[in-house]
Amino acid sequence: MMPKTPLSFTLNGSETALFVDPGANLLDTLRRGAGDLTPKLGCAQGTCGACTVLIDGEPHLSCLTLAETVEGRDIATTGGLADGPDLHPLQQAFMEGFAAQCGFCTAGMLMAAKALLDRRPNPSRDEVIEAIGGNLCRCTGYEPIVDAILTAAARMQGRSA
Amino acid sequence: MPKDTGIGASSKRREDVRFLTGDGNYTDDINVHGQAYVHFLRSDVAHAKINGIDTSAAEGMPGVIRIFTGKDFEAVGGLPCGWQVTDRHGQPMQEPKHPVLAHGKVRHVGDPICAVVAETLAQARDAAEAIELDLEILPAVINMKEAVKDGAPKVHDDLTSNLCYDWGFVEENRAAVDEAISKAAHVTTLELVNNRLIANPMEPRVAVGQWEKGTGDYTLYTTSQNPHVIRLLMGAFVLGIPEHKLRVVAPDVGGGFGSKIFHYAEEAFCTWAAKECRRPVKWTSTRSEAFMTDAHGRDHVTRIELALDADHNFTALRTETYANMGAYLSTFAPSVPTWLHGTLMAGNYKTPLIYVNVKAVFTNTVPVDAYRGAGRPEATFQLERVIDKAARELGVDPIELRRKNFVTEFPYATPVAVEYDTGDYNATMDKLIEIADIAGFEARAEESKKKGLWRGLGVNSYIEACGIAPSNLVGQLGARAGLYESATVRVNATGGLVVMTGSHSHGQGHETAFPQVVADMIGIPEDMVEVVHGDTANTPMGMGTYGSRSLAVGGSAMVRATEKIIAKAKKIAAHIMEASDSDIELKDGKFTVAGTDKSLAWGDVTLAAYVPHNYPLKDMEPGLEETAFYDPNNFTYPAGAYACEVEVDPETGKVTVARFAAADDFGNIINPMIVDGQVHGGIAQGIGQALLENCAYDEAGQLISASYMDYAMPRADDVPFYSVDHSCQTPCTHNPLGVKGCGEAGAIGSPPAVVNAVIDALQRGGKNVTHIDMPLSPARVWAAMNGATANEGAAQPAARDSGSAEGRSLGGQV
Repeated sequence: MMPKTPLSFTLNGSETALFVDPGANLLDTLRRGAGDLTPKLGCAQGTCGACTVLIDGEPHLSCLTLAETVEGRDIATTGGLADGPDLHPLQQAFMEGFAAQCGFCTAGMLMAAKALLDRRPNPSRDEVIEAIGGNLCRCTGYEPIVDAILTAAARMQGRSA
Repeated sequence: MPKDTGIGASSKRREDVRFLTGDGNYTDDINVHGQAYVHFLRSDVAHAKINGIDTSAAEGMPGVIRIFTGKDFEAVGGLPCGWQVTDRHGQPMQEPKHPVLAHGKVRHVGDPICAVVAETLAQARDAAEAIELDLEILPAVINMKEAVKDGAPKVHDDLTSNLCYDWGFVEENRAAVDEAISKAAHVTTLELVNNRLIANPMEPRVAVGQWEKGTGDYTLYTTSQNPHVIRLLMGAFVLGIPEHKLRVVAPDVGGGFGSKIFHYAEEAFCTWAAKECRRPVKWTSTRSEAFMTDAHGRDHVTRIELALDADHNFTALRTETYANMGAYLSTFAPSVPTWLHGTLMAGNYKTPLIYVNVKAVFTNTVPVDAYRGAGRPEATFQLERVIDKAARELGVDPIELRRKNFVTEFPYATPVAVEYDTGDYNATMDKLIEIADIAGFEARAEESKKKGLWRGLGVNSYIEACGIAPSNLVGQLGARAGLYESATVRVNATGGLVVMTGSHSHGQGHETAFPQVVADMIGIPEDMVEVVHGDTANTPMGMGTYGSRSLAVGGSAMVRATEKIIAKAKKIAAHIMEASDSDIELKDGKFTVAGTDKSLAWGDVTLAAYVPHNYPLKDMEPGLEETAFYDPNNFTYPAGAYACEVEVDPETGKVTVARFAAADDFGNIINPMIVDGQVHGGIAQGIGQALLENCAYDEAGQLISASYMDYAMPRADDVPFYSVDHSCQTPCTHNPLGVKGCGEAGAIGSPPAVVNAVIDALQRGGKNVTHIDMPLSPARVWAAMNGATANEGAAQPAARDSGSAEGRSLGGQV
């Protein structure tokens, strides 16, 4: 049996240290190792976006990310999005706009949206559509998700949507 | 003025708090202490004889707990089929055995052969690699028409042929239909494929089986739309576990769309293996496994003939359909092309004579069963396509041709055995014309032309039968289950309520919408009502969620139980206020005595029910908890009209959906926001079917659309803005809420609108194309425009304009 590798990173602002098997992917490491169940396994092939997390602020598919590559880096998941009891503006807009139905794609969708708004606080509709182009949703037909991201962007910039 | 609470309000979804914070509890989020993992070694060929399985090397691999093969399951039952169809000659369908693990033969790619249980998933996978299989590959049958020919390889050696049944409906009408067609002024004929689809909820299936040594109790956590149905089927028919020793939990479920109705082998395996291994056993489907084990949908090949008289009245309709069953009968597979399809062939029209023939065929493919709409999209697609083709042949307006033949008087008994209780098809068509701005279409077409694009408009109507279903009727039709729904309403001492429902929410928002109804009935805030679902241990026996039935059937059960609660509460209030029961009124959460100023709050009465100091104990038991089982009198019949505008690029054949409008009549609406969402999602899946999605097999039976790289799911840039309206409301006449169901409408109504629009665009562009089979990929559209045969690689079957069904893609084959 191959020896496990020590790994430490920041998860939603908390120092996290654990041992991983050689070749372990980040999604498994977060879910089984760190106990953060918010990223979801939808395809494990990098094609659905349900496992999207931010690594140093950039969106990544955690199912295709080798765990060992995040040593010392900063990981953000939907588990850290809300500020205590206060929902993040994206979460708030998703709720008001009925942008989640079964909820399974939602965590990945929110992280893809957050990465976009961190980079481009005032995105166009087409930019939103492009930013979530890698995230599959089978329930909503996407329109409410696009609308919710635009609404959140407007609020975060102090504009009315 | 929109309401802000209760029936008719767009109450925000309370389940969103956990979904949006990542706190949902999906089955893969459940880990039981000490659990082992199972990996299934599956067939990578479509058809083979199993000559030998050597597990000796694998058994010595690190972490292996036990390896199971088909022999280990000889003592238990096979997976049962829940519906028996009787054929044209009065004979029952051919019903093959469906073992938990393959025995003797494998019959489709993905058929499980061995199950390796190990300490870790990686160890289970590694050990599976070391299993030596001796498979003798047999010729596979994929093409349905080939499968029913004499001498075709048989999927099941013990059946007489690959024909499951040859069903005629209504058989007594056959001669009259033939005669009417032979004498008609005009007959329009269309041959088409309803493409094979894969439901693809974003959450793959998961099963966690557990067995308690101390009590002998089993628990199965599973991704199911109907935990009670799984408990009954698996407990009684497969494993022989009585229901009181078996608990099935379906917690948060990440979408279903039909594919999580059925009882699957992995559920039975994990439950059984948990006892055999004395360890909890967990299985999480990979996406590739989902593609080759989740029941597929649609896959019909149809010839339809519509007869019209000289005044363009529809006089008769005749259809012949080959319906793919796949290699085994999935739980409700036989009912889909028959009772969920044939009974809908009247559509919105008063066609007096209809004959439907369906040949259900076994092939070496994944079992096919219900997918969003289930039978009704297949009926709607062929009907609405042939009407559009007839309008073109006759040179009449397709909307006017529909209007001329609409059913306008209700109740209306169709010639295919159902009775529409209510509807107004002209009203939804009028609303559609308004919201789709059909008057502005020509101007938009001119704008498109300036961009070098051809714009087309497609319109259709649809009707569906939902609120499944009257048990005595479906029993006569072959159902081996009742289709009522249940609810227990428990009132707590301080006035809050819990509704325990047999319905199951996997995205539909029951936890929000159901309390709106109860809160409205009593006159209390919605947050005083909580919904419990998805666990056989704390919900009454119910049949679950599919067929747009939750509100119409489950909601009705909840209303009936709440009515019992209110009746009893009024008696308690009457006793306390020393009045007659009949004088008590309940409004805004307050009991009053008519004609007096006496009143009691809701909470005073509920407290009295549990602290019965001043209580009519001689006449009535304390407590306030009631259960109701609701069995509907009829189906419900949502209906509407849909319009799609597309732009076709004549250089490439690429189709873009420019506008989409849907005018639906769902009867009364409880939560308009949720209804909008259901329709949006359904339309997106319908557009997916029409333009993108195709489950394809090669001739050897290899599934070649088994990942999102090969199976095109609609993404954010594939779908348009949706203009949806549900203000046309003819309430259902036979359930207490007057609701009809909205979950499947979008997927049923939208594919013909898209295809009609593309044909319109091509005709406007000067191309005499009358039909293209779905999905209308750029290559297929370009080929049809240019009189060519599309040959675009694996995932895209050849498109041909429909001269003949012979020799072209059948059953999702390349």
